[in-house]
Amino acid sequence: MQFLSNLIGGVSLGSVYALIALGYTMVYGIARMLNFAHGDVIMVGAYVVFFAFCSGGMNPLLAILIAMAVCTLLGVTIERIAYRPLREAPSLAVLITAIGVSYLLQNGALLLWSANPRAFTSVVSIPPISLFGGRLTIPGNTLVNVVVCLVIMVGLWLFVNRTTPGHAMQAVSEDRGAAQLMGINVNATISLTFAIGSALAAVAGALLCSSYPMLQPTTGAMPGIKAFTAAVFGGIGSIPGALLGGILLGVIENLSKAYISTQISDAIVFLVLIVILLIKPTGLLGKKRVVKV
Amino acid sequence: MALLEVSNLGIAFGGLQAVDKLDLRIEQGQLYGLIGPNGAGKTTVFNMLTGVYKPTEGNIVLDGRDITGLPPARISQAGIARTFQNIRLFDKMSVLDNVKVGLHNRYKYNMLTGILRLPAYREKEHEMNREARKLLKIFELDKEEKLTASQLPYGKQRKLEIARALATNPKLLLLDEPAAGMNPNETAELMNTIKFVRDTFHISVLLIEHDMSFVMGICEYITVLNYGRELARGTGKEIRNNPNVIAAYLGGDD
Repeated sequence: MQFLSNLIGGVSLGSVYALIALGYTMVYGIARMLNFAHGDVIMVGAYVVFFAFCSGGMNPLLAILIAMAVCTLLGVTIERIAYRPLREAPSLAVLITAIGVSYLLQNGALLLWSANPRAFTSVVSIPPISLFGGRLTIPGNTLVNVVVCLVIMVGLWLFVNRTTPGHAMQAVSEDRGAAQLMGINVNATISLTFAIGSALAAVAGALLCSSYPMLQPTTGAMPGIKAFTAAVFGGIGSIPGALLGGILLGVIENLSKAYISTQISDAIVFLVLIVILLIKPTGLLGKKRVVKV
Repeated sequence: MALLEVSNLGIAFGGLQAVDKLDLRIEQGQLYGLIGPNGAGKTTVFNMLTGVYKPTEGNIVLDGRDITGLPPARISQAGIARTFQNIRLFDKMSVLDNVKVGLHNRYKYNMLTGILRLPAYREKEHEMNREARKLLKIFELDKEEKLTASQLPYGKQRKLEIARALATNPKLLLLDEPAAGMNPNETAELMNTIKFVRDTFHISVLLIEHDMSFVMGICEYITVLNYGRELARGTGKEIRNNPNVIAAYLGGDD
């Protein structure tokens, strides 16, 4: 029963990683860049929820909606100002810029909101569920994390595969040049991708801080890197890959914490990543890009 | 007035003048051929017409509107569509979805409608599917709509590229070596298809091709390019008997 409880905890944590990983994987799939500032957008989203809900006393759903709007605006602005001028630049230049934006956001938050950690009140007020005569308790947070993650995944999958803007995203991802020649506005499509990824980051921020109730300017950094790992783990560029990678990563982390050691759990997570990439370099669900000559 | 009027078009890459002082005049409904030896600058002309390259000189006027230097997506919306020398379909998407990408500027619904899957979304998707299937039927691809583009045999991929280009509702269709890699039967069939497309959709076609019997058999007017400059222009017969053209293709005496 203890094992089951740890497993469920891992799935819950993994759901949050999966939501964050979506932001990495979509942006990579469509714009071919790694947006390392994504983790810090989560932090900004969490602060907005904190001020609106935890200290402002607003309705939690409304607070999350506001955070989504703020993060969408932030994500689109970052893309417009920092990444779009570098569209034709070597990928290394874009990568370094993304790291720069990440530091800018962290230090901006430090300046605005100070380094003092804030105690985050959970946005979830659902009571825990008791199973097997009280031997297994599933906290409300866990339920919400998993359900929200699944709903968003399914919605996003339908959006990408069944709608016109979704098809445009796929087309840009496969062949940007040909997509343009079919009349697709590539910049608008990439902006849309950043908007969706950032809105999801706000949701992830609220859920993350509801499970780990401490908020400070570096809060987004570590989950950001882990979610990036999850995206690579599942196969970067793949939406189901982000889900699978995120959940597996969460489970491995939680089980290592429970049965091996809390201190080296992160090391174990990254070790597993290295092993997976040695065996399958494109990640679990990633496809090989065959370059025709 | 001609559908496409290109005057004094030129582009230089560094010191290399790839295309120089090119004039083209394509009439409504005309089948026009652009030929020339390898490296003559034919595909470069296509890339300028579609906005992939910005010309360093000259003007491109489509249907009375100056489109010189517009970005590719805008030119596509203005009415020029193209296919590619080496096929560039969206390989992982289905045959139907490839055509729907071409349709996407004609059927707009807003994002929220798409996310929430409101009735307006279903209606538009329905229309798009119908329109896309109509195009697939013309090219006898309707049985394969669920396959991914990469699963189609080569000849059908070429057809799908034309169908996708037509989905953007062009006034002018550019075909870059449409008969490349086809056997004589397929080539003959392609000639009929192109004529059929011209007549059904009331569009002009500009094509690049190396297969001379194909070009002579289908093109009403031809421009010959050599080293980025116009070497000759005229009807098929005029081109065939032009001594300059014969020299450029077979090597001159001098």
